[in-house]
Amino acid sequence: MSLSHTDVKRIAQLARIAVSDAEVEGYLRQLEGIFGLIEEMQGVDTEGLSPMSHALDESLRMREDTVTAHDQRDLFQALAPQVEAGLYLVPKVIE
Amino acid sequence: MLNLSLKELGALLAARKISSAELTRAFLDRIEALNPALNAFITVDPEKSLEQARHADARRAAGDAAPLTGIPIAHKDIFCAKGWRTTCGSKMLANFVAPYDAHVIERCTGAGLVSLGKTNMDEFAMGSSNETSYFGPVKNPWDPAAVPGGSSGGSAAAVAARLAPAATGTDTGGSIRQPAALCGISGIKPTYGVVSRYGMIAFASSLDQGGPMAKSAEDLALLLNAMAGFDERDSTSLRRPPEDYARALEAPLAGLTIGLPREYFAEGLSEDVGRAVEEAVAQYRRLGAKTVEVSLPNTRLSIAAYYVLAPAEASSNLSRYDGVRYGYRAPEYTDLADMYGRTRADGFGPEVKRRIMIGTYVLSHGYYDAYYLKAQKLRRLIARDFAEAFAQCDLLIGPTSPTVAFNQGEKSSDPVQMYLSDIYTIAVNLAGLPGMSIPVGFGKEGRPVGLQIVGNYFSEAKMLNCAHQFQRATDWHARVPAGIPAI
Amino acid sequence: MQWEIVVGLEVHAQLSTQSKIFSGAATAFGAAPNVQACEVDIALPGVLPVLNRGAVERAVKFGLAVGARINHRSVFARKNYFYPDLPKGYQISQFELPIVEGGEIVIDVEGSARTIRLVRAHLEEDAGKSLHEDFHGMTGIDLNRAGTPLLEIVSEPDMRGPHEAVAYAKALHALVRYLEICDGNMQEGSFRCDANVSVRRAGAPLGTRCEIKNLNSFRFLERAIEFEARRQIGILEDGGSIAQETRLYDSVKDETRSMRSKEEAHDYRYFPDPDLLPMTLDASFVEAIRVGLPELPQAKRARFVADYGLSAYDAGVLTASRELADYFEAVVRGVPNEPKLCANWVMGDLSAALNKEDLDIARARIPAGALARLIGRIQDGTVSGKIAKELFEAMWSTGKEPDVLIEERGLKQISDVAALEAIVDEILAANPGQVEQYRAGKDKLFGFFVGQAMKATKGQANPAQLNEIVRRKLTP
Repeated sequence: MSLSHTDVKRIAQLARIAVSDAEVEGYLRQLEGIFGLIEEMQGVDTEGLSPMSHALDESLRMREDTVTAHDQRDLFQALAPQVEAGLYLVPKVIE
Repeated sequence: MLNLSLKELGALLAARKISSAELTRAFLDRIEALNPALNAFITVDPEKSLEQARHADARRAAGDAAPLTGIPIAHKDIFCAKGWRTTCGSKMLANFVAPYDAHVIERCTGAGLVSLGKTNMDEFAMGSSNETSYFGPVKNPWDPAAVPGGSSGGSAAAVAARLAPAATGTDTGGSIRQPAALCGISGIKPTYGVVSRYGMIAFASSLDQGGPMAKSAEDLALLLNAMAGFDERDSTSLRRPPEDYARALEAPLAGLTIGLPREYFAEGLSEDVGRAVEEAVAQYRRLGAKTVEVSLPNTRLSIAAYYVLAPAEASSNLSRYDGVRYGYRAPEYTDLADMYGRTRADGFGPEVKRRIMIGTYVLSHGYYDAYYLKAQKLRRLIARDFAEAFAQCDLLIGPTSPTVAFNQGEKSSDPVQMYLSDIYTIAVNLAGLPGMSIPVGFGKEGRPVGLQIVGNYFSEAKMLNCAHQFQRATDWHARVPAGIPAI
Repeated sequence: MQWEIVVGLEVHAQLSTQSKIFSGAATAFGAAPNVQACEVDIALPGVLPVLNRGAVERAVKFGLAVGARINHRSVFARKNYFYPDLPKGYQISQFELPIVEGGEIVIDVEGSARTIRLVRAHLEEDAGKSLHEDFHGMTGIDLNRAGTPLLEIVSEPDMRGPHEAVAYAKALHALVRYLEICDGNMQEGSFRCDANVSVRRAGAPLGTRCEIKNLNSFRFLERAIEFEARRQIGILEDGGSIAQETRLYDSVKDETRSMRSKEEAHDYRYFPDPDLLPMTLDASFVEAIRVGLPELPQAKRARFVADYGLSAYDAGVLTASRELADYFEAVVRGVPNEPKLCANWVMGDLSAALNKEDLDIARARIPAGALARLIGRIQDGTVSGKIAKELFEAMWSTGKEPDVLIEERGLKQISDVAALEAIVDEILAANPGQVEQYRAGKDKLFGFFVGQAMKATKGQANPAQLNEIVRRKLTP
């Protein structure tokens, strides 16, 4: 496989990681090396194998519908970069 | 006192020969003296530790002590501990004071263990050398030029240098076993689902598993008794009857069939590690175990599958670090998109960003089937390989790492070489099996060699038995790096 | 050739659980910002989701009610995108294997039934809210809503135009409320519609569709589809082509406009959530829910026609909501042999009174039992229908029982034959001229005598008896 500068920029954009043009080159080189390793799996015949998402073959447990959490807003918001009137503040979201 | 087992420390505490406060103070003093050179801890808070120690002493005075009450332990900085700074080795969380306790922390506190502080680690547990930590690399106590392994490198170095009697770690692709091997200590990653992941900061959710790191298998068994257990807040935590992991320690090994995976002794294994491992195999035969050769044919492919699946999960798990609710936010930005981009570009280190990029790519439109789905099918194949091997033997043994500890900086600029060093450990996580590492000698430049023991699901007690019997017959686990002062 | 408007709807129904779908935080509406956002909802490092059984039960209930397949095995997946009101940077949803697949809803279009097919219904978590009031040029984020369970119900593009879309949305709305799985409060956002709209010449293949978001009332749904169809037809008739895009309905300007923010390359990178194992529902779990299903609107309508002799129209009105139907049936239980009269009262005076004050049936000021007792008093001849209407108003405003009001106001009907005869005799004696004219053949005057008698009794005369007495006395 071969990655392009555009691919790297697109991935970085999807991942919301700012990259400079200079960095793109470095990522390109490293990712190509890593994908070289990953590509080894393409040679394996996986016909008929079901994908394995979890280590154990268990089914999902459910909890009862009861309220167990209490208000800890002050504790949590003490960690926040910017809050006002109980709200987390972010740069203006344009709809 | 350097090599006292947890049992022996417990006996001293029970006999009131020493108080938890005194014991804790002694280890805190060692940390103060030795940590500047090792950088094994990110955060120590003597006041908090001593308060816990006094509480443990009070508990004992009240006749309410459990076997580990009053014994100090160091926690990998991946576990949220209420009121403690919990950084996960990242600038992103450099000032994050956890507002709640991880299940592992709750369990340890409940058992009366005293926290000595938070140990250094690769950033978000992504690394095999501890060089990706925002808080600087950890030095290997056996040789400061060497890496301690990763990602639980701080915990491994702390135990190896006897800065803590024991530590917690987490293992996604070898992060307990590999640093244990490289630092000459013991560590176990239990079956996936045995230790709750609640409050353990996620790297790759379907692979992450917490476990103890200590000087001996016996200590690991006691620690696992404290750490393991059902947790309703983790949907992948298994509801199983409580188990005493120490119950089989003393059983003789006669009749045990040990499988030797051919692929673990093939090309790529360094000669010095190979020699120490062969000697350990011989020791097992002397202890009465039978050995058979088995095959794990997809071992090498486990790296490819892992470096698709783990980054894919990580890319999603790390999306929450966006500078909105906690953690780092870039100081300057023009708008929301810019805030996200800069926060994540500055807050994450290069290895984390690299893995987020890989993960984002393999999940993206048009590539999912070729990478993610393909890797999941390989995962099935790898799990099947183990199932076939366990049809022929009780346990598998082999090297934990293909080489002894490499030098600081040796592989940090070549991710592929770094990833290949996880070749023997990764498949175990993909299958969800329990795996452990114990010291079995020394390789080049006097650096430790680790032996990996892999068991079938839920066979931790048998693995610990196997390791303990070896440690009764040998003293590799009792060796202490030169220049480490005694207590 | 005529244009045909093709509509498919995606409805997000908030499920009426006490706690969130993956955390133990409360879901109640209207709390102070972020006080119902626990560590899981704000996505602190290390937290994990645990599925709420209540949300699953509600989804299964819906699936059974629409005759859908309940998948034995379904999978939660992560839908990855960055938005400040999405704390984890991904939404837990269902992608490849939803809990409910297929099913249908029958709607009434100008008196005939039409079947709208459903594609699927899946469980997912709601996002928080962005408050765009100005905080020094910044946006405020409230995560109370984050993690509220949603059932996303996706229809096939089976509706032809705004009226059918609204009929479908209303039928779905009534159904989720019947099932008590969603409170249906559209102002609070408990029931939200997105519409996929396209146009085509009759018989042609489906045209390119646009998705319109933010439709939080049936009226907006109707108007947005009307506007959007006109817009698309205009473009096509001018020789243009439709770009597939997401559009936002602006109710103030009554128009849809492109949401450019949503147009940047979306790539949600769905994958199975590793924190949540596959969900398997065994037959007994589903069966227990099936047994507890309430009677559904269609069945209830048919029963009202068969058991109460109501017209299809009346039965439709009375079963529009479960609460109204329950009220009606409670009235009928009080006066079992007069279902039609009960229906008239519920659909007439009661509905008018509710409408006047903009109340829903749950807040009716006259309980069903009291209305039944009022109707009983008509039936047993205690009051006339006319007096009963007066009584109804008095009951509405005072909350008193009909018998108390009849007593207080002396409204009891006069059915005493001797007393009525005396009154009639007096009236005939006082109006000899009219008596003569009547007997000479001026039949219209009959009403005059009855009216006089009613006036004399303040309307309390039993009308049937009074008529009989007047007729008898006038007969020479």
